[in-house]
Amino acid sequence: MTSQSLSARKVKNVTMIGLTVIGTILALIPLFSIFAYVIARGMPAINIDFFTELPKPLGEEGGGMVNAIVGTLIVVGISGLIGIPVGIMSGIFLSEYGRNRFGRFISFLTDVLLGVPSIVVGIFVYVLLVLAMGGFSAYAGGIALSILMIPAVTRTTEEMLKLIPSHIREAGLALGLPKWRVILFIVLPSATRGIVTGVMLAIARVMGETAPLLFTAFGNRYWHSSLSDPIATLPVQIFTYAISPYKEWQAQAWAGALTLIVIVLIFNILARVITYRKNH
Amino acid sequence: MNIRFGDRLFKIVAYIFGALIFILFLLMIAKLYQGSSATINQYGLSFIFNSEWSPYNDEFGAWPFIIGTVISSLLALLIAAPVSIGIAIYLVEIAPRWIRTPVSFLVELLAAIPSIVYGLWGIFVLAPFVRNHIAPIFTETLGTKIPLFAGPSYGVGLLTAGIVLAIMITPTIASISREVISTVPNSQREAAYALGATKWEMISTSVLTYARSGILGAMIIGLGRAIGETMAVTMVIGNSPEIPKSIFDPAYTMASVIANEFTEATSNLYVSALIEIGLLLFFVTIFVNVIARLLVWSVSRGTQEVK
Repeated sequence: MTSQSLSARKVKNVTMIGLTVIGTILALIPLFSIFAYVIARGMPAINIDFFTELPKPLGEEGGGMVNAIVGTLIVVGISGLIGIPVGIMSGIFLSEYGRNRFGRFISFLTDVLLGVPSIVVGIFVYVLLVLAMGGFSAYAGGIALSILMIPAVTRTTEEMLKLIPSHIREAGLALGLPKWRVILFIVLPSATRGIVTGVMLAIARVMGETAPLLFTAFGNRYWHSSLSDPIATLPVQIFTYAISPYKEWQAQAWAGALTLIVIVLIFNILARVITYRKNH
Repeated sequence: MNIRFGDRLFKIVAYIFGALIFILFLLMIAKLYQGSSATINQYGLSFIFNSEWSPYNDEFGAWPFIIGTVISSLLALLIAAPVSIGIAIYLVEIAPRWIRTPVSFLVELLAAIPSIVYGLWGIFVLAPFVRNHIAPIFTETLGTKIPLFAGPSYGVGLLTAGIVLAIMITPTIASISREVISTVPNSQREAAYALGATKWEMISTSVLTYARSGILGAMIIGLGRAIGETMAVTMVIGNSPEIPKSIFDPAYTMASVIANEFTEATSNLYVSALIEIGLLLFFVTIFVNVIARLLVWSVSRGTQEVK
């Protein structure tokens, strides 16, 4: 470095800084391309029918994905009912009782579970539930998604609770409140905003998941008659249509992708707005 | 008396939920092992190294999928790592404040796009682009001498999968690298400047040296994501259980063979083989994540001691 002339060093400086800028721009090109294509190809296929009708048999024009849209909401709803309370409780454990060897071990396993591929969770639930219950079902799909949700919610809850200063806990204890009341009625409410943000991001993430649903919720061209039946979901429906050779189906896949992206983005932006308000 | 009872009960409940994470983990291993016992008993270790996969002849080997997974993820890392580290450096060290917030928001949006949408875009936009514009650049130059870059491109194949994966893991690597770089103490930067370093010299000598193992950890976490990614890869890799000879060849990954063939698998042995691939995938991602976390932790712990 020292043997180079000053001008050579300056040239290198500008080049390398320029490269970081180019890298950043390069990463954003696919983002804009994806949005452009999803809007351009999805919009023409979106109409009232798309949100109100069932898929039409092959060869017939029109039809929609209403069963898949409702199905996604149901499956994600089931996953939230299980994943949010379990995740929050595990997070409370890690933050309030986890300062020991067992706690660190569980914290580590939470990280490991966060990295488990969603397809593996899909097979796990297949062996655990689908085989046992004798068929694909909305329950199995919801449970598969909840397994993806639990470590994410656990991690956020833990981090948010740890941000609450210890003098707030001590103030509660000094007033003679038992520790469990301090945790549930003082610490947890102060962290609500952060936890809600994390939960919404987790919901947004599992809502777009396809792999764990392929052999749990499976899919359905009609309405499900009960929650123990196979159920259509938006991501699986998009997958089926995208790899089909038929133009009408491919068009519907783009419309489905647009719908999915809009829902996922709404959750992401809402989550961000909540955090933003907190910081300002 | 009453207070103690409530506290004790709550503590027990909290511990139960903590233990639930451990139980879930054990249950996953147990169930995946149970589901794949047929092939584990029949083939043992040779399942991993057998490169023949023909379900109709009851021949099951995982080797083509392991190779496909390794090559596509390494390809993704090769593309994503320099770009992501560039983004992290730009956002922490170079970008003015008014650029930093929107750009980091946009980079994080990449992580919010569902993988099925990446797959859809991959099939209809990226694959034709690779076939018509990217592949010819390689085949006409390097391809004449090196077989790795030769052969026809069908659009779908290893390279396309690598590019899609690279886009998907970029936000992961960029955001962790960014956190790691932000923890570099300012005294390190000031020391470099005081010795007369230019901005880049400061970054390369102080920041990158200090954050090295954390950035390596970020790359490995990205690699872990690429290994387990399913839908987008399934849609663009071409799904051929042959060991690829060129980066344009269609291939198959461990995750995508499960996604594609599980519902068609008719015999017990076939289902068991696919579940065993899932079990292997599980172990590989655990291994990769453990290494990555240790690396990232070593950096953040180091800075805590400095403070």
